Amino acid sequence: MPSLKEFRVRIASVQSTKKITSAMKMVAASKLRRAQEAAEAARPYAERMERMLGNLAAAAAGRAGSLPMLAGTGKDDVHLVVVMTANRGLCGGFNSNIIRSARNLVKELLDKGKTVKILAVGRKGRDNLRRDFRELVGDSFTEFGRKTVVFAEASEVAERITTMFNAGEFDVATMIYARFKSAVTQIVTRQQIIPFPVPANENSESAMVYDYEPSDQEILAELLPRNLAIQVFRAMLENGASFYGSQMAAMDSATRNAGEMINKLTLRYNRQRQAMITKELIEIISGAEAV
Amino acid sequence: MADTLKLELVSPERLLLSEQVEMVLVPGTEGVFGVLPQHAPTLSTLKPGFVEVYQAGAVKERFFVTGGFAEVTPTTCTVLVDEAIPQSNLTTAYTAERLAKAKARLDQATTDDERAKAQAGFAAAELLSQASTTVH
Repeated sequence: MPSLKEFRVRIASVQSTKKITSAMKMVAASKLRRAQEAAEAARPYAERMERMLGNLAAAAAGRAGSLPMLAGTGKDDVHLVVVMTANRGLCGGFNSNIIRSARNLVKELLDKGKTVKILAVGRKGRDNLRRDFRELVGDSFTEFGRKTVVFAEASEVAERITTMFNAGEFDVATMIYARFKSAVTQIVTRQQIIPFPVPANENSESAMVYDYEPSDQEILAELLPRNLAIQVFRAMLENGASFYGSQMAAMDSATRNAGEMINKLTLRYNRQRQAMITKELIEIISGAEAV
Repeated sequence: MADTLKLELVSPERLLLSEQVEMVLVPGTEGVFGVLPQHAPTLSTLKPGFVEVYQAGAVKERFFVTGGFAEVTPTTCTVLVDEAIPQSNLTTAYTAERLAKAKARLDQATTDDERAKAQAGFAAAELLSQASTTVH
């Protein structure tokens, strides 16, 4: 049985842990709100971009000389896997879920005899995947999301992907990130970004015939890399919101666990104290009786 | 016939403007064009310049944009921009700083690709700094 002092020290230490986790929970909650707002604010652009792209692609479809970013390179040999994680931990299963999905995808592709390259966005993903696939992990980005993700950071990532694609370094690119559903549910999602699957456009407006300035092909050639950046940006924002959601949930349960532990320890501490008092009393009484 | 059209100015980070306006001037790659209601459907890329919003026969707001796309339909005009700066935010100090940064980037560029991008950024910054000194 540990002594009373040992109990007191442990209770104090669990208490300070609880203070830290509950503070982290609050911080995550407020950051989650900000991240969610940022994700929502980015939505109009992505929606309109999608609509434009749908119109353009419908017009350009089936035409010779379609752009490789839309139509693919015609091969399926080299895959680029863009893994988005957070830079930090203490967020429950957030990073490990994404990494597990990435690992499975890479293994699947390797089993099919494809060549795989990994682009890690986020420190955790980079470190973890390096352990398993050291030679596959190429570049990584870890300097982002100090406050919220800004577009410039996403476009840097997108630019790198575009450069690699134009240099013929891969044929298909897939992005893995956690889609934000609610503060407690995040869904690990795989999204193909190159070649880009054009959303079906049932909008009656799309029947409109547009004038193109300069030409539709030129606009498309500009629009596609931009769209890639938007997709990456959106994924990073969703990922950011998911991270804070996950962290909030993790810290909430950590706080609750710490509370339970304090209760248990306090109970044992009191019992022990009572036992000692009783023991001393018995000693005194039996001493008095003996006289 | 409606005598206004809906203008939406959107940057990747947020929706900047969404309102009924009389006319918009958009800096298209092939020249600045004005958009009035019942304009023919058009898709155009943008070059660095000013998007001017007309309300009641006069310029109500001006935004400096660095590039993007415009989609025009008879009733709407959607402008997707990379970056938009309201004219009220354009101070000489701000543009000078931006110009200096662009210049530094241009000097550091090593590959052709980088240089081309830095050059574009520099040109935009230069245009911006001219605009800020002449307009005020």
